[in-house]
Amino acid sequence: MPKTLVEKIWDAHVVKSEEGFPDILYIDTHLIHEVTSPQAFDGLRKRGLPVLRPKQTVATADHNVPTLNQLLPIKEELSRYQVDMLTKNCAEFGIELYGLGHPFQGIVHVIGPELGITLPGKTMVCGDSHTSTHGAFGAIAFGIGTSQVEQVFATQCLLQSKPKTMKIEVNGKLGKGVGAKDIILYIISQISAAGGTGYFIEYAGTAIEALSMEARMTICNMSIEMGARGGLIAPDQTTFDYIKGREFAPTGEAWDKALAYWQTLYSDLDAKFDSVLTFDAADIAPMITYGTNPGMGMGIQEHIPSTQAQPEKEKLSYQKALDYMGFDDDASLIGKTVDYVFIGSCTNSRIEDLREVAEFVKDKRKADNVTVWIVPGSKQVEQQAKNEGLDKIFEAAGFQLREPGCSACLGMNEDKIPAGKYCVSTSNRNFEGRQGQNARTLLASPLTAAAAAVTGKITDVREFLVEN
Amino acid sequence: MKKFTKLTSAVVPLNIENIDTDQIIPARFLKATTREGFGENLFRDWRYENDQQPKADFVLNDPTYSGQILVAGKNFGCGSSREHAAWAIQDAGFDVVISSFFADIFKGNALNNGLLPIQVSEEFLAQIFKAVENNPKATLEVDLENQAVTISETATKETFEINPYKKSCLINGYDDIDFILAQKELIEEFEQSK
Repeated sequence: MPKTLVEKIWDAHVVKSEEGFPDILYIDTHLIHEVTSPQAFDGLRKRGLPVLRPKQTVATADHNVPTLNQLLPIKEELSRYQVDMLTKNCAEFGIELYGLGHPFQGIVHVIGPELGITLPGKTMVCGDSHTSTHGAFGAIAFGIGTSQVEQVFATQCLLQSKPKTMKIEVNGKLGKGVGAKDIILYIISQISAAGGTGYFIEYAGTAIEALSMEARMTICNMSIEMGARGGLIAPDQTTFDYIKGREFAPTGEAWDKALAYWQTLYSDLDAKFDSVLTFDAADIAPMITYGTNPGMGMGIQEHIPSTQAQPEKEKLSYQKALDYMGFDDDASLIGKTVDYVFIGSCTNSRIEDLREVAEFVKDKRKADNVTVWIVPGSKQVEQQAKNEGLDKIFEAAGFQLREPGCSACLGMNEDKIPAGKYCVSTSNRNFEGRQGQNARTLLASPLTAAAAAVTGKITDVREFLVEN
Repeated sequence: MKKFTKLTSAVVPLNIENIDTDQIIPARFLKATTREGFGENLFRDWRYENDQQPKADFVLNDPTYSGQILVAGKNFGCGSSREHAAWAIQDAGFDVVISSFFADIFKGNALNNGLLPIQVSEEFLAQIFKAVENNPKATLEVDLENQAVTISETATKETFEINPYKKSCLINGYDDIDFILAQKELIEEFEQSK
């Protein structure tokens, strides 16, 4: 029987499937961090259980860490305690920790792929909703709650019902200045922040196939922002080339064997999806969000949709969102002054993102009214940026290159956007208060963020680009 | 996980609808690293003044009411998915929450923690509130095996629905971890077959 990619991977990981019960799904790799794991470790202690497969578990500190002076003790007491607790728990349960000061430390969804831990055909989970990032490699990867973190610790399995499948095809050639972030913000704006609820999404089509691994990760990362359980892309030569030679990637005979398996990982031609959507890459412009959920996005030259045009029952919350942002119906955002630019997060903090920004800002300088933070996704990204001299370009442009962490994406550490200020952010959520109490977030691509940094205003980056 | 089969107890009535998890446990208390201790902050901002003085008119501060059953208005547990909400209710000594409707995520989190959420009809919920109003010491009998709740004084009874797998977990004191661990041989066989 023809199968979708999700079904192939799922079926290969079912330990037990019984009528009337959820499947017992085997988990190959469990990623953990300091915020959603402590209660799960506590649960193990109460049960007197070990972590069943500590070697399949990898930890890092990212959500709650400072992005300046990381080697000094963390100032905020509760954050410091939470990070120390992770160190203690990992030591007690035999889990490898890439904590502060380790050359592999970084955002959990950045380090998995760059270390060759994320591989095609795997099942991967983490107590974080952006675990879908790893789907870019053709893996089933999704976020879980704390009780489930404990479940995976204890059993290396999860009780899960098989999800519905959706295919989203994007075909054709992207226009100048349009990248992966614009593709995913466009899709979410078209199908809404709840449009993928209950589904596992497979992204396909010529525009997706043409993307680098970094770009594919940006797409899969934001699957959750349309409510989907996860998103994935069938592995191909681009995937295999990215993985080969990475720290924990298979080598020699193991590589050949793995590659042979990975090459079977695609949706069969006549496989049936529960839903299929198709988009044309040529319709996508550089995107920007104007509201307080990731579905409230538009092409940068468009005008904010009017409240009157919204469905009756949604008018109140739509108006509330515009009020929060300080925007009016039908307004254009072009030329709107911005205060902060944040380039970072598990969505856009990889080396390719930093290279793209550096290339754009070379021989340019940030506008005086803007504070620019570049927060690399990992120590390895930070080091690579320095090796390539990107740090010098950023410094000359007045951009501050900080140390790795989740940072201003969620403002759990001290990297907060002040109340009322506008931040063009390459992160994934523009919820009220997400980047700081009453902060106003406009989600965009690294290129659009860089353009805003240089002009101090919302800018159509295409003005700077010449057609190739 | 704690076993649950039967319980006869007085109730704590909270006749308010749409109680969200932010009310159950405010966000500022989520930095803790253990599951314990959330009970003291259960309904924190309804329960205490800014100066930490208990609000005398809130039901949890009223010695007239006690018991292991919390009875609340419809759409209980809506909002944030924080599992801390279920932890807080349980930590405050409750084993059962009764409402005429539960938010999905809260219900799942409660069941994962051995806290029994029972959905009853609007009419039956009103009868429970009435019985407690007449007599604060009125008791309810909860019988999970027979999926029934009875108001002791009047012997008025209603049955409730529960997922059969989750029901057996509660009766046996099993949680998902115990359920999967019972299949440990299968897990090892699976690993060896890879």
